[in-house]
Amino acid sequence: MTTNRTRFAVPQRLLHWLMALCILSMLFIGVGMVSTVSSKYLTLVQIHKPLGIAILVLALIRLSLRLYYKAPALPADLPLPIKLAAELSQYIFYALMIAMPLIGWAMLSAAAYPVVLFGSVHLPPIVPVSPALHTLLWHAHYLLAFAFFALILGHVAAILFHKLVRNDGVFETMATVLTHDQPD
Amino acid sequence: MVESAATPKSFPLKALVIIAAVVGIAALAFTYTAGWLSPHRVTPGKILSALQPPSGPPLGHRRNHAKGICFTGTFEGNGQGTALSSAQVFARGQYPVIGRFNIGGSNPHEPDAMAQLRGFSTSITTPDGQEWRSAMIDAPIFAAPTGQAFYQFLTAAGSKDPSAFKIYSAAHPEILTFIGWVKSHPRTESWAEDQFNSLNSFILTDASGAKHAVRWSFVPAAQAVTLTPEELAKRGPDFLQQEITQRVAAGPQHWDLVITVANPGDQTADPTKAWPADRRTVHAGELTVQQIVPEANGPCRDINYDPTVLPSGMATSDDPIPAARSAAYAVSYDKRTAEASHYPRTTTGGQP
Repeated sequence: MTTNRTRFAVPQRLLHWLMALCILSMLFIGVGMVSTVSSKYLTLVQIHKPLGIAILVLALIRLSLRLYYKAPALPADLPLPIKLAAELSQYIFYALMIAMPLIGWAMLSAAAYPVVLFGSVHLPPIVPVSPALHTLLWHAHYLLAFAFFALILGHVAAILFHKLVRNDGVFETMATVLTHDQPD
Repeated sequence: MVESAATPKSFPLKALVIIAAVVGIAALAFTYTAGWLSPHRVTPGKILSALQPPSGPPLGHRRNHAKGICFTGTFEGNGQGTALSSAQVFARGQYPVIGRFNIGGSNPHEPDAMAQLRGFSTSITTPDGQEWRSAMIDAPIFAAPTGQAFYQFLTAAGSKDPSAFKIYSAAHPEILTFIGWVKSHPRTESWAEDQFNSLNSFILTDASGAKHAVRWSFVPAAQAVTLTPEELAKRGPDFLQQEITQRVAAGPQHWDLVITVANPGDQTADPTKAWPADRRTVHAGELTVQQIVPEANGPCRDINYDPTVLPSGMATSDDPIPAARSAAYAVSYDKRTAEASHYPRTTTGGQP
């Protein structure tokens, strides 16, 4: 699953940073909206739903790009446990990016809420109305949101470690969005 | 291959401090957004706690207006409402309704005669896949102008300190109008004789794109028969539910949807203030209740009558209460669905 390229391909980098922005916004909107009864609540909910679907679509595109372009290899001298953790974290990222919007969508479906994207554009329910299922999905959505944020914090800490401590080129595989690949 | 890492010469304290600072600040910002650093923020959970009786929340039930009974029926649009909104529900036609008669308060076993408020919730679906949910009460105005104020009112009203309510009502004299109505309004013998009001203002958009600020009421066709306090006291604990069940079994019951249109300049943001009585009204159609179903197994049980679930052609206004209701109702729904085992679905379809 790796490529000889030293950096992620430009479309991959573009999507990475775009999605970073979307997902961070999404997590902050999520915890913010459930903590207020002010008018901001409705505005945030109205952003949360279409943004979630956008993330789902982007994640699927990103997964295809990943399968097509693959990823640059990690430094050869990286200790094995760190290498494993880095690879595992990528699987978890993809799983969360795809599962969180689906869980949210299913959660609304199970609660018989209309899934409003914008205006009169609704999405169909993807699971039957079920209080038990709603409870399960609601807890999953809530807990996974915190897990997702924790994973992002770990990801940021790790990449800064690569850059500031090891300076091993891992940061540069994704950083600076548009610069072209230099042949090795 | 990537170039091999340069080995750091010494312990990278500076780098680790930067990493810790970045992660720490991000975590702090997240915590702040979640409200954990803001103990004074009015959260939906706080509103629910303030509604809760000292004996604890009504497990498995709605946190307010906990006692109710489901109905099914139809809404027949007469086409007049299309002058105000492009929503299909106002076009001429008949649309299915799932609704709920209820009484205010957090006790699912509250004697009906004790009810301070009576409520009426509706979910109307149209063939275009849109849905209009509304939760109305018989009061003509709401208790508080904002979610924050409503929370302060609940806290003051529930406080053991007798000055708490005085302090609140001094700052919010409109609460006295509301309480005056609650104490003095005549009680009818039936939900079928009560008028139910949207309280909140909404914005309707017609096919030309013009916007109209409105409130609405469901006005009963049945003549009101008022009970004296003595007659009310003699009624059984579930007399409203028994009465509506018998009445609807004998024949469908009707309400007229009357939409009141604000004049330019009428305030729309404060649901504690009624609009002058001379405002233009539009009779948009008739709601018919055809069947009563006990809530435990009824079709209204798993519906959250969130007043911000609106078809296109209808939207919330600058009235802040629907947002607060939506936020609090969602948490009430999350909690009660998780507690469903405390409110069994009976196989006989009766009330537990």
